[in-house]
Amino acid sequence: MKMHKDEKIWLALSFGLMMIFMLITGYQAIAEGMEPPSNTDIIDPQKVDQTAPFDKPGIKQIGDKEYEVVMTLQVFSFNPGNIEVPAGSTVHFILTSKDVVHGFEIAETNANAMVTPGYIQKVTQKFDKPGSYLVLCNEYCGAGHQAMSTTITVK
Amino acid sequence: METALNQTFKTKATKLLGVNKQDAKISKTYLFVSFVILLVGGFLGLAQGLNRAGLLELPSWLNYYQILTMHGVFMLLAFTTFFTFGYLYAGLSHELGGLLPKVRKIVWTAFASKIIGAVLVVIPILMNEASVMYTFYPPLKAHPMFYIGLVFFAVGMWLCNVGAFIQVANWRKNNKGKHVPIFSYFATGINVLMFFALIPVAVEVIYLIPWSFGWVKTVNVMVSRTLFWAFGHTLVNIWYLTATSAWYVIAPKLIGGRRWSDTLTRVVIIALVIMNITGGFHHQIIDPGISLPVKMMHVFMSLAIGFPSLMTAFALFAVFEKTARKQGGKGLIGWYKKMPWGDVRFLAVFIGMASFIPAGAGGIAQTTNQLDTVVHNTMWIVGHFHLTLGVTVALTFFGISYWLVPYISGRILTPQINKLGVIQTWIWTIGMIFMSGAMHTAGLFGSPRRTSYTTYGDHATALGWDPYMMCLAIGGTLLIVGIILQVYAVINMMFFAPKGETEFPIAEAEENASPTPYWTERWGIWIIVMLIVVAMAYVVPLTEFIVNGPPGSPGFKTW
Repeated sequence: MKMHKDEKIWLALSFGLMMIFMLITGYQAIAEGMEPPSNTDIIDPQKVDQTAPFDKPGIKQIGDKEYEVVMTLQVFSFNPGNIEVPAGSTVHFILTSKDVVHGFEIAETNANAMVTPGYIQKVTQKFDKPGSYLVLCNEYCGAGHQAMSTTITVK
Repeated sequence: METALNQTFKTKATKLLGVNKQDAKISKTYLFVSFVILLVGGFLGLAQGLNRAGLLELPSWLNYYQILTMHGVFMLLAFTTFFTFGYLYAGLSHELGGLLPKVRKIVWTAFASKIIGAVLVVIPILMNEASVMYTFYPPLKAHPMFYIGLVFFAVGMWLCNVGAFIQVANWRKNNKGKHVPIFSYFATGINVLMFFALIPVAVEVIYLIPWSFGWVKTVNVMVSRTLFWAFGHTLVNIWYLTATSAWYVIAPKLIGGRRWSDTLTRVVIIALVIMNITGGFHHQIIDPGISLPVKMMHVFMSLAIGFPSLMTAFALFAVFEKTARKQGGKGLIGWYKKMPWGDVRFLAVFIGMASFIPAGAGGIAQTTNQLDTVVHNTMWIVGHFHLTLGVTVALTFFGISYWLVPYISGRILTPQINKLGVIQTWIWTIGMIFMSGAMHTAGLFGSPRRTSYTTYGDHATALGWDPYMMCLAIGGTLLIVGIILQVYAVINMMFFAPKGETEFPIAEAEENASPTPYWTERWGIWIIVMLIVVAMAYVVPLTEFIVNGPPGSPGFKTW
């Protein structure tokens, strides 16, 4: 099979580009911990209220400027909602759904995760800038999906 | 020998008499239905765009999520399926000397099955019993009729695949040792990919039916999602592969050139068939329950699909440049002036193709772990597939219609309709730049997809998205004008244009080409390789979901 020289160069460059792209992606994910939310713990989706830690959803300080938020997502709300943390805090969110698939997105940050029933999802986000952050559900979940939001106030 | 002679005779007869009447009727019916669906789907899209911009309040009997579900099903599944088969069967009939009588029967049965399926899907959506989107993620539970309709639709698609296999196999039997002609080779690849991609979603739907009836109490959410995306992403790539066939086979002829290397063209098709199904997994990059190494492997598998597309990019621009230079084009890029920009059959296809450069780049970006996390389920994704499907695929299909519809109708493309087509192509392009551009940008700022108009209690962040939503509505309005012009052109070419002969433009192979190796015809091997790749990708996560998965979820009707 004969191939033009230009094409060989182009394909070699293309291949190289993809390999570099893959290497950077892999390096960032593994070495720098920039992995997508991928927690694998499971839970009975029909017994969320009776299962720890989701029997007591809420925010808890676990260190200096470090918080843990245990949160349930259900049509069409986040519980707890309207959280407040001081600027510079790192917040660990532990999430699960009590009904259908929801999304957990903090707008204007990179925090973004699918929250599917039966699984416990984990997301960590550091809030440097004070302000009101919009948390919203970005997976269609029903008639009130557009109303499913809350805020995180960083002071 | 006798059959071969017979075949040649038939081929000649078809060439002499133009299109086979019975086969033309099949393609005509498929294309007519396709463009009617496009028209309805377009208005549904417009309603969403205007609602999203806060300009239109939708009535309670036809709410945003019903409209969105229908828009998705119509555009992604129905418009594309009917167009693709109308196009492929016209080509198979033309290239392989007319369809076999039993293939015709199969294709008509398939048509009936798809129509029944579509009706069964639409009824529950209109009754507000199936506002579950095109992805119908459980545990959202639709009316059983919705899932049963999907089965009928899938069976219709399968029958079309089988019809194509029989047609091609018959040709191969009568032409032992020869290469299947290039258009039919594309058709084979497209049908193989579709046949296998439908399996996972069929398994999912059949698994959901007893649950939707209430006979089974719970369902495995992650298994369903995974089976869906094995199909869902492949489906859009099937439409892309269909568009690609017109770039490789048709476009060179329209500009008076020859095709690119026959071998490399076939290699691209094989590569796209083998690697595609595993690509679906990148829709689950931020899902729980899937470990990081599995996600990494899938990112690599998804990125690999970019390679054949980069081969395509080179091949097509090389063909254009070569042809233009032969016709006297000069300069580093001055040759582009020689291209027939006033010919809608070329212009629409070219813009469709060129738009795949940003569309493909965006796709590569959102396929990777970190970048997907930024844009997952935001308007960015909607912008992405309006660029890939809405421009690359749709404009290519539109471009095809300006010779295919006259060809099957025994009519011609008049200069007036050509002009109308050029205008519609530009309206479409500008509309999509507005709409897709606005979607991409708003998505980067966090605006979610599949969400009706909301300001989230007048939150400043959400209010900041409003100007982009206005751009989106402007784009959407231009697009509906484009759709009306396009459908008008199709109806005109089908029923009213002057009678005459139109050619099915298949370009010839390049000059002094080295012979294509016969291994490209070994579909058995390629299918096995494809299945191995699919197994590598899916066996581990699916086993994990089933063996170590959580208790199932009961269904919910949350709308």
